[in-house]
Order: sequence, then C-alpha cells, then structure tokens
Amino acid sequence: MTLTYEPIEGEHFVVVSETTGDSWEIVVGLEVHCELATTTKLFCGCPNMFGDEPNTNVCPVCLGLPGSLPVLNHNVVELAMRLGRALHCSVEPSVFARKNYFYPDMPKDYQVSQFDQPINVDGWLDLPDGTRVGIERAHIEEDTGKNTHAGGSGRIHGADYSLVDYNRAGVPLVEIVGRPHIRHPEQAKTYIDELRAILLTTGASDAKMEEGSLRVDANVSVRRVGDTELGTRCEVKNLNSLRSLGRAIEYEARRQVDLLETGERIKQETRHWDEGAGRTRAGRSKEEAEDYRYFQEPDLVPLAPSAEWIAAIDAAMPPLPAARRDALALAAGVAVTETSVVIAVQRDLDQLALATIAAGGDGKRVLTHVEHNLSGEGAVDLNPATFAQLVTLELGGQLTATQAKTVLAEMVTSGRAPDVIAAELGFEAMDSSELEGIVDGLIAESPEEWADFCTGDDKKRGKLQGFFTGKIMKATKGQADGKAVAAILESRRAASL
Amino acid sequence: MSARLTRDNVAKVADLARLNLSEAELERYTEQLGAVLDHAEDVASLDLDGVPPTAHPLPLVNVLRDDVVVEGVDRDEVLSQAPSVEDRRFRVPAILGEEP
Repeated sequence: MTLTYEPIEGEHFVVVSETTGDSWEIVVGLEVHCELATTTKLFCGCPNMFGDEPNTNVCPVCLGLPGSLPVLNHNVVELAMRLGRALHCSVEPSVFARKNYFYPDMPKDYQVSQFDQPINVDGWLDLPDGTRVGIERAHIEEDTGKNTHAGGSGRIHGADYSLVDYNRAGVPLVEIVGRPHIRHPEQAKTYIDELRAILLTTGASDAKMEEGSLRVDANVSVRRVGDTELGTRCEVKNLNSLRSLGRAIEYEARRQVDLLETGERIKQETRHWDEGAGRTRAGRSKEEAEDYRYFQEPDLVPLAPSAEWIAAIDAAMPPLPAARRDALALAAGVAVTETSVVIAVQRDLDQLALATIAAGGDGKRVLTHVEHNLSGEGAVDLNPATFAQLVTLELGGQLTATQAKTVLAEMVTSGRAPDVIAAELGFEAMDSSELEGIVDGLIAESPEEWADFCTGDDKKRGKLQGFFTGKIMKATKGQADGKAVAAILESRRAASL
Repeated sequence: MSARLTRDNVAKVADLARLNLSEAELERYTEQLGAVLDHAEDVASLDLDGVPPTAHPLPLVNVLRDDVVVEGVDRDEVLSQAPSVEDRRFRVPAILGEEP
C-alpha cells in the first residue's frame, strides 16, 4: 500500500491510505540515548574512549567484580544537567536504580539507571517548523559492553557464541524520552538534528550516530484522524542513521495502517529495522522484556544538586539553536522557519551573517549566500565587512549572481576584497545593449531552435531556454546576468509571435 | 504465609534470576519470602504521613568524584581469569532472545 502525506491544519500531517482513502495520523515518540563527553566512565576512573583496543579500559567496578563500589562522576551530573536545562527540564532530586537482566553485555547482571526519580523532568524542544515536542525525562544511566556475535549467521539468533568487549560498559549515557508529539518521518529527523545541535552546543555529547554515541529508538503508532486516544505502539530499534529513522517510521506506519484496515490488531512489541530489506521485524514481546525488577541501587546515595549549582549552569548556558535562529531571522527580516536561517545556524555561520548584516549587507542576499555558496571550510573566517561589500556590489548590479558566487569562493580562499577579485577576473557589469547584440547574434545562428523556442510547448521551451542561455553564457564567459538574459529572450519571443 | 506471595510468584522470580529451584525449595522460599513481605505489611500499617521515604540509610547526598582517569587493570590479567577468551575478548555462550 502507498501512503501519501498531506499537511493539515496545525502543521500536522496525515497519511491517506490508497486502499480505502481513509486518513490516518502517524504518532511518534523518540527515545534517544547519548553518550556524555566525559573523560572517564560513570562510576569509575576508566577512560571513556571510543575505538580503543578491546578490554583495555576496564577495572573492578565496570567489570562487576565482587567488593568493588561505584562512585558517581561529578562531570556526568554537570553535563546531564546542562542538557536537561537546555531542554527546559526541571532538575529534581534523583536516585539510582538497578535494572536487572541477564545478558553478558553487563558483567554485573544489572544496569545502573534512574527509574522512578530521574534527574531531569518535564521539558520541551522547539523544532524549526515551530512544533514544540515535550520531553518527559532525561535521566542518567550506564552504557553496556559491546557484543560481537560469532559463528552461525553472525546475527543474534543462530550465533554459536558471543565475544564481549567491556570498554563501553559503564560509559555515561543520558536517555532523553520525548513525548509522542511527532507527526511525520521528516519531523522525526528534524527533532534528532535539533537535539544533536543542542548536545553539541552544550558540550554534553559529540552526538555521532555513526559511532553510536547517539542512538535512537522510535515508538510508532497510528490512529484515525480525529481520534484522541493513542493507538497501540511498537518500539522500533536498530536505527543507525537519520535515513533509517525516516524509512522505518514510514514502513511501520504503513504496516500498522494495513493491519488495522484489514480488521487486525496491533500487538505492542519491539521491532528491529532491517535497512537492507527495508522493513521491521518482530523482536521479543514487550511484556516479557519489561520484567526488570528495578530497585534502588544500595551502593549509591541520592543526588540532589543545589540551587546554586543549577543557577550556575543556567548562567553559563550558551545561546541555543532556537534562540540563534530567532536572532538571525529578526536581523535578516525573514521568517524563522526559512531554510536558510536553519542552515546558517547548523553551519555555525549565524554570527558571520549577523555581523555582515550589521555591516550593511542585505539580509536576504547574505542568507542566500550562506545557504548555497558557503558550505565549505573557511567560510566562518570571512570578513563581515568585505562580505557586506560583495552583497552590495551584487545588489547594485556590478556583479551577477554567478559572478558573486565565484568572487565569494575566492574571498573564502584568499581573504581579499571583492572589488579587487572582480577586477582581476575581468568581471565588469555588461552593458545591456552589448548583451542584447550578443543574444540577437546567437538567435540568428540557430533559426530552427529559435522557431521551436517561440512556438513549442512549455517543456520544449524550457529545454531551448537552457540551450540559448548556455550559448550566451559561453559567449560572454559567464559574465551575463542570467535574469537579464531570460528577460531579453522573452522579449524577443513575444515580439516574434 | 503472606496472601501477597504465591508459589508461582517465587517460581517466576527464580526463573528471572536463572535459579533452578526444586519443589521443596520453592515451598520453603515462598514461606520465607512471605514472612519478609508480612513484615513490610506491618510497616505499611503504621501512620507514616509526613515521613519521607528513605533512599539510603546514610544521610548523605551528592557523593561525587572528579572526572579524572585512574589506572584500570591489566587486560592480560583480566582475561586470564575468564573461563573462555577469544580475540582479546570474553567468549560467552550463545545468547537467545535475551537482549534487553
């Protein structure tokens, strides 16, 4: 079955089933685990380091040897609170709990986590599209060791045995539990982008999905448009990239709509995303899995950060992406949801853009360059005054958009002034009568193409417009202004009809 | 014996804890664990309004250490204690359907 997405009121999306024509709404809540960027592990002094030789960063505490005792890392609390406050959570007195299960990735046979009293509760995250996604909690827990399944098929089922590396066991994590406020696969990806930006800004994590320091599970359900109750959800795991996340949500929604439309029920379960096959597969049933027999960790005392500590974190909070977008959009005179604004902040070019606008550069033009022409290295070191000068030359008609792009690239490399570069490259504003002469000459050279251009359908005309524009650009060595060329072609065509 | 705890409860907990209990052991532990829960019932019957829950017997909070590397243990020594080792890692039996 194919699903088509349609925006409805309130920025939500519905999926329309092609089988029945019914409208459904996707409801997604994301759980994100991120490794904190500490020097050492959560409860011991072993290095928190990705990619080291197996079992070199281990000690009696993270190996679960008898008689060893955990001691909480100060920096874990600091980073967890920074993240929590950035997500507008309140920091609460919290306790640690043991989550008991038998699996060799934890040598203690339990994972220390926070259960009924987590450190950060009740926050939110604003997406660039204006959606506010609630954050239920963001709690501290320890990461597990890394299993490699050997023999058999190499997958969990059918493996003959497993090999375990405990370097990652005890690495500090924060699990961020989002509320089910996401309504579209793209929105889920945007949420992760935004969360990653916050993690990087606060220094809480390096947030690398490819190295597993940021991991995403998606709770997906569907309901008929208008329903207020949530449908039965499935938890989708093994999402190793943003692409997987989007595809898995879409697949899962389609699977659930299909089941419901044929009168079946959704079974609450954990499902694994298979990127190669492009589908999810059932794991174990949730009921069995959740019998973790949590109880308070007797080896750790409660955590109760002082009001002073929390206030110090708030005072030192760097500007967060949402606030940076607001500031840039205001200065540039554009909507905060503009793609160029989002990209400028993503690329850390918002300060440059603000300074360039302050130096007299046109806001929209500056943002266009940031979005399309400044993706490479070195852009952040551009001089705002000369960048503003370039934009002014362009708006004044002394440089075409194409020429401005070329000059800008040279400015990034050499740091020289735009007028100097333009003169060196021989970029001079082309006299309009000169350009018209060149265009008329080229039209005369290709009478058949010109006739087709004048009388052909839209598709044909579009193609031939490219043909003539290409010739003109070649003849003028790229100095012609694309807009002026289009205008001349159109006026000649109108005259010939 | 506590009305709260059945033999089946004990059997389930034993299963989760990977304990293989005999019939006699199941009976005995049901009775003993029931007595523990009965004691907890006694506490629950008291008027404890206004008494904060005890998170830890020691009146301490925020016991923290600095984020500084401390020498761990030697890998060869660690692995020499393991029943089975391969490729510098611990070798464990196949895992079936027990992923958390």
